[in-house]
Amino acid sequence: MAQLTCREAVAAAIAQEMRRDPSVVFLGEDIGAAGGVFKTTVGLFEEFGPDRVRDTPISEQAIIGAAMGAAMTGLRPIAELMFSDFFAVCWDLVANEIAKSRYMTNGQVSFPLVIRSANGGGARFGAQHSQAIENWAMMIPGLKVVAPSNPADIVGLLAASIRDPDPVVFFEQKSLYGTRGEVPDGEHVDALGTAKVLREGGDAAIVALAAMVPRAVAAAERLAAEGISCTVIDVRSLVPLDTRTILSAVSETGRLFTVEENPRLCGWGAEIASIAGEECFYDLDGPIVRITTPHIPLPSADNLEDLALPSVERIADTVRASMG
Amino acid sequence: MATEETAGPDLANDDIGEEARLALWRSQLEIRHVEQRAHDLFLQNLVKGTVHLSLGQEAVAAGFAVAMEDGDYTFCTYRGHAHTLARGAPMSGVLGELMGRECGLLAGKGGSMHLTSVEHGAMGSYAIIGAHLPIAMGAAWSAQYRGTSQVSVCFFGDGTTNIGAFHEALNMAKVWSLPVIFVCENNLYMEYTPIGDVTAVEHPAADRAPAYGMESIIVDGNDADAVYRVARTAYDRARSGGGPSLIEAKTYRQCGHSRADPGAYRPDEEVEEWLARDPVPAYRRRLLDFGFAESAVEGIEAEVLAAVDAATETARASPPPPPDILETEVYADGGAAWRN
Ligand SMILES: Cc1ncc(C[n+]2csc(CCOP(=O)(O)OP(=O)(O)O)c2C)c(N)n1
Ligand SMILES: [Mg+2]
Repeated sequence: MAQLTCREAVAAAIAQEMRRDPSVVFLGEDIGAAGGVFKTTVGLFEEFGPDRVRDTPISEQAIIGAAMGAAMTGLRPIAELMFSDFFAVCWDLVANEIAKSRYMTNGQVSFPLVIRSANGGGARFGAQHSQAIENWAMMIPGLKVVAPSNPADIVGLLAASIRDPDPVVFFEQKSLYGTRGEVPDGEHVDALGTAKVLREGGDAAIVALAAMVPRAVAAAERLAAEGISCTVIDVRSLVPLDTRTILSAVSETGRLFTVEENPRLCGWGAEIASIAGEECFYDLDGPIVRITTPHIPLPSADNLEDLALPSVERIADTVRASMG
Repeated sequence: MATEETAGPDLANDDIGEEARLALWRSQLEIRHVEQRAHDLFLQNLVKGTVHLSLGQEAVAAGFAVAMEDGDYTFCTYRGHAHTLARGAPMSGVLGELMGRECGLLAGKGGSMHLTSVEHGAMGSYAIIGAHLPIAMGAAWSAQYRGTSQVSVCFFGDGTTNIGAFHEALNMAKVWSLPVIFVCENNLYMEYTPIGDVTAVEHPAADRAPAYGMESIIVDGNDADAVYRVARTAYDRARSGGGPSLIEAKTYRQCGHSRADPGAYRPDEEVEEWLARDPVPAYRRRLLDFGFAESAVEGIEAEVLAAVDAATETARASPPPPPDILETEVYADGGAAWRN
């Protein structure tokens, strides 16, 4: 097993897939010789050359449109949007064109493409470079949405996303880029639509995504020391959503807590809460509780940003208080 | 500025040839008569929603399509019946789609504004202004990367030259030297506003071309031969690695913007002037000048009319789409499932 950081895992996954499939091409701003603004693409330009690793102008509509046109004519493009906030400048291509065209044409076109992007807060960048927007992507029919929390999952799920026949929005949590972890040796491919149970406990299920996963695990450890034992689930993939794994944990424990980085309204946890409310109501022993960023643009000062994002303390305190 | 003028017949040196001329004639007639039928069916309430007709603009679609090769890609807008038909998509599939029938090209899931027939190279009709320029550029990138000789052709209106995606696509296409042809059908109006009132330059596409390292090209979009010649040159450039072209075809829609629009904002003299330049009768005269037999010219029109009638009957006889397709083809597994 190799020890990789999350940023190294991104490059490892792309390289793994580009080696096996010449139809995989990669485009974005500063991804070539510069190695990416987050250094997530180091070495790719040197190994695969300028035809397959293409630096683009600052033209997000052109980047995503080019990926779409290439995907519908036989390639498997990976497009990088430097910061997920920039989805807003090319949202038409994502939400109206890529997501809808298979349906509108009754299946005449396919879009085997991946849009990777650095998502979320924690880097003190302020509101236009920090938002967690996984809920934007989740609400669009036709997209798949993936947000891993560790290097092994980045490799396995990014490889699976590149091989997937549908368009995948792949969120990399920028505050996790420096996190190190073990990655299996050899080719590693995981499955989309599978949540992972990281820890089992009998009292409550805590469901988290991306940067919130290590925080949920740390909170569960604290709570365990106090006698509250929690199951922690890493959702990993919002679409397809592994409701089976999530709902069975809800049924077993009788309690559901979601930990979401996105702002409160219409966060992904609301969808999971509504499914659990409809389908596991009689297994619940108490209210479903969502732990989220407040409904605000993210501030930049250390203390304010820390206050905004769900912390280990806030998670543990919320669960403890709610469990009585 | 290179401007392709309408020339009189040069019988001795016909660089277009009989076969292409008859194909241009047939294509313009097919578009004209299907569009008129679509209009009639709309008035009979058999076509719902909206339609954006290309009546008066047929020569642009015909000229580019006849000069294309199989395997080339067409990307067009909501005003896309003409371009889809010009690639050879079946009339019954076009009319059936407008009527919301099972036989429609998209089985009733897309409607008039999204006609697509991938098997004919018609890669989609896009209804968000400007979106398809980057997409067509991406298809050209794919052709370049795969080492084919395919060309991607993207049709759009004058109004589209003022949206950001137009500029992003032109710049990147030039920087990457892609085999893509951007064709601006300048019909003088965006929806209801004259293009000159909202554009910083006189020629909305051609005057922008130099900013992206491309030649300014204006063509008479009501002359199928002129369009065909300009198209041929641009295809040659694209196929030989010479990169993208931007072509402004001056034309006019003889009707309103869409079915909701009577087009009352257009001065009468302007409408009359352009009706006198109707591309279809003009091409008929051209063929007769070139010595084609009147019976042959009219025979093609009779064939086209019969085909439009037959397609109309096929579409009318086709049932509505089956309800069980409502939740199909959202994802590549054929379904719409987002959870297990
Ligand atoms: C982004 C966007 N803005 C506005 C519209 C509404 N709209 C539809 S067609 C049209 C006019 C487009 O004019 P032009 O590009 O000249 O094409 P034409 O209809 O004349 O063929 C407008 C404004 C739209 N579809 N998309
Ligand atoms: Mg116009």
